[in-house]
Amino acid sequence: MSFRAAPQLYKPAVIAPTLPWYRRIGRAFEAFFSILGDGGTAAQWPPPSLPEADARQQAASDTGLSEARAAPAGIASAQLEDGALLLLAMFQGEGRFVDFVQQEIDAFSDAEVGAVARVIHAGCRKVLGSHLRIEAIRSEPEGQAVLLEPGFNPHEVKLTGNLGGGGSLRGHLRHRGWQAKDVRLPEILDRSGVRVLCPAEVEI
Amino acid sequence: MNARYSVGIDLGTTHCAVAHAAFDHEGSSPEPQRILQLVARDRVDAAALLPSCIYFPHPSEGALALPWDPRSPFAVGGYARRRAAETPTRVVSSAKSWLSHPQVDRHAALLPLGAPEDVEAISPVEASFRLLSHMADAWRAQSPDGSLLGEQEVILTVPASFDAAARECTVEAALAAGLEHLTLLEEPQAAFYAWLDRQGEGWRSELRLGDLVLVVDVGGGTTDFAAILMTEQDGRLEPRRVAVGQHILLGGDNMDLALSHLAKQKLEGNGSPIDAWQLAALTHASREAKELLLSERAPETATVVVPSRGSQLFGGSLRSELSRAEVERLVVEGFFPVSPWQAEPRKRPRTALRQRGLEYADDPAITTHLGAFLRSHRQVSSELGRGGDAPFLCPTHVLFNGGVFRSVLLRQRLLDTLNGWLAEVGARAARELPASDYDLAVARGASYYGLVRRGRGVRVRGGTAMAFYVGIESPAPAVPGVEPPTLALCVAPFGMEEGSQVALPSAELGVVVGESVTFRFFGSSVRRDDVAGSVLPEPERELDELSPISITLPAEGRTPGEFVAVTLEAGITEIGTLALFARPLKARVPDEHWKVELSVRSGAGPG
Repeated sequence: MSFRAAPQLYKPAVIAPTLPWYRRIGRAFEAFFSILGDGGTAAQWPPPSLPEADARQQAASDTGLSEARAAPAGIASAQLEDGALLLLAMFQGEGRFVDFVQQEIDAFSDAEVGAVARVIHAGCRKVLGSHLRIEAIRSEPEGQAVLLEPGFNPHEVKLTGNLGGGGSLRGHLRHRGWQAKDVRLPEILDRSGVRVLCPAEVEI
Repeated sequence: MNARYSVGIDLGTTHCAVAHAAFDHEGSSPEPQRILQLVARDRVDAAALLPSCIYFPHPSEGALALPWDPRSPFAVGGYARRRAAETPTRVVSSAKSWLSHPQVDRHAALLPLGAPEDVEAISPVEASFRLLSHMADAWRAQSPDGSLLGEQEVILTVPASFDAAARECTVEAALAAGLEHLTLLEEPQAAFYAWLDRQGEGWRSELRLGDLVLVVDVGGGTTDFAAILMTEQDGRLEPRRVAVGQHILLGGDNMDLALSHLAKQKLEGNGSPIDAWQLAALTHASREAKELLLSERAPETATVVVPSRGSQLFGGSLRSELSRAEVERLVVEGFFPVSPWQAEPRKRPRTALRQRGLEYADDPAITTHLGAFLRSHRQVSSELGRGGDAPFLCPTHVLFNGGVFRSVLLRQRLLDTLNGWLAEVGARAARELPASDYDLAVARGASYYGLVRRGRGVRVRGGTAMAFYVGIESPAPAVPGVEPPTLALCVAPFGMEEGSQVALPSAELGVVVGESVTFRFFGSSVRRDDVAGSVLPEPERELDELSPISITLPAEGRTPGEFVAVTLEAGITEIGTLALFARPLKARVPDEHWKVELSVRSGAGPG
């Protein structure tokens, strides 16, 4: 056999029994979006450990507050930061998003802006398309009259205009809303470069 | 260890794909599987396709972190492909084309071409090994039940036109990657299996006895043709693969490149010189423009933008347009012209000294190559007793495979051209069999074949797609200055099934004990009637020369330098590769024999 590299050299050294930190980022992002998209999940965040949950239930019944108010959501900011930077780096990598936002555009013609917008649009769309499934929240055409039954999800539908009264609400759909489904983000293997959105490039 | 999954692996020239099906779920259908890979520095993602690129980072970049190796000296996949445009001499790509190159030593460390000193070059075989090892590592990292790829039943696809040595090299790479339960399958057959899987039992009403399915598989770098005939076995319809084409290095990447050169000319005409980096960006933009302009309801023009390389997007970006007419002229007319069936693929005259490189097809016209394929297999028609006097093989159905054929325009053009030929000879028009997926069908079909081998689904019979010949000197009187003419002795006929063997007791070859004796080796995908022992004069005219074979007789118990007469035996292994053995006429011990090496370095070729 003439392989130079002994195959076992490249075999996994260890399989971590616990979730490695870089997988945790992806998991954190899933949690982030599930909270964003689902009021129910948000209300129960963070998932309480058992004694904590008991104490919280006790506190809630003592004060008469709903559990959601008694337990404000909190996500470790370092994880949020990693996720946000990752998304920006991907938008920059595929769609030059940071370049676009960092440059003043007033001096350029609409034609120039338009040409560049295609690059940004195609690239950012590719990032979204391969990592999230984005769906409209309401399927009706915008402008159509809609009826909201009591108990609708306030995260999914925002009310504007002349608000008052109870029961069913009648209105017109102004924006159909978007929600992210099937969030699937890359994993970061080494955090030391996580703040680099795009490396400087030197041609040798 | 009992395999739980049938895993199909499409080891492609430009991309790899994996699909799997569980054996213990009755009625389960193969599902494509995403492959974990480095997509940017420090970033790992699972994607449907694994680009067949291997990147060796510069020492300043340091080792690369992978989920299964925190300090890997190389990386396979998306990041490697991106780096190929940025630092080409550090990336191995298209290794598979080198694997089927008869003029190079496939075990020689020649990739990447022009590698800088600090890169330890690898051989085409090792490149395949590293791609497969990556898929094995990714399987292990992703597997929910902690299983290993090596424990599974793996069906690995190869181009139908791969010669015996290229197949053996592929098997060598797969075994080294730990894929022990391995079977090879031809890619066009895999595409047909994927179609069968999607049809379920309905395929029997779709195809009838005597129908002939032409599979046209245009990948990123290669074009492959195969024909599958519907035969009858015990009253049941049975597909049989009856013909495969020659290896053609021509694919979708050539089309993208042609378009990017047009866009480059346009931009340079406006006074903007294009460098290599911009050309890579332009090729990428041209591919997207091509897909848009060749889709149904395509716009008249598509904008191609090369973003500025620096951080200032505005002011430095270049913009051009490609029109539908231009794309049609370059891609449809350039690669799929309406050529007559008689047309011969153009060959450029060869100069004596050629740079070492891949043998790209000289003629970009896929339709012309198709005409040549159908003509060279016309005798299959006469065997069918149907359309027997047609001057070319007449398909009744066409199955398309490869990302290029996402474009309905290109499928239609090829079908129209073929149907024009069929009308000329009075044959009925061929119909398109709807493919479910042009990128992942081969991996899915391969996984389906693993189920077929366990008795589920429909089997396509085939056997070897080539007959193989050994070159021997003819016993002509020696003429000074003239090499004795070569004869070709058929050692393995067309259509040998896996597990079968043939012996050639009548033909004797002389080998010298203790020395490696090399023989010229030939193949033919069109000579279907030769039997083992058939002798052909002038093999250069009728056969394709493959890389030579060699026999080394160990000196054990014999006198070195002694001349020993041997006969050859050919067999097709269960994996699907050709095995040749030499057996001495006077055996010293019972069943004495030696393996004949298939893939040896060509003395004649460069490198």
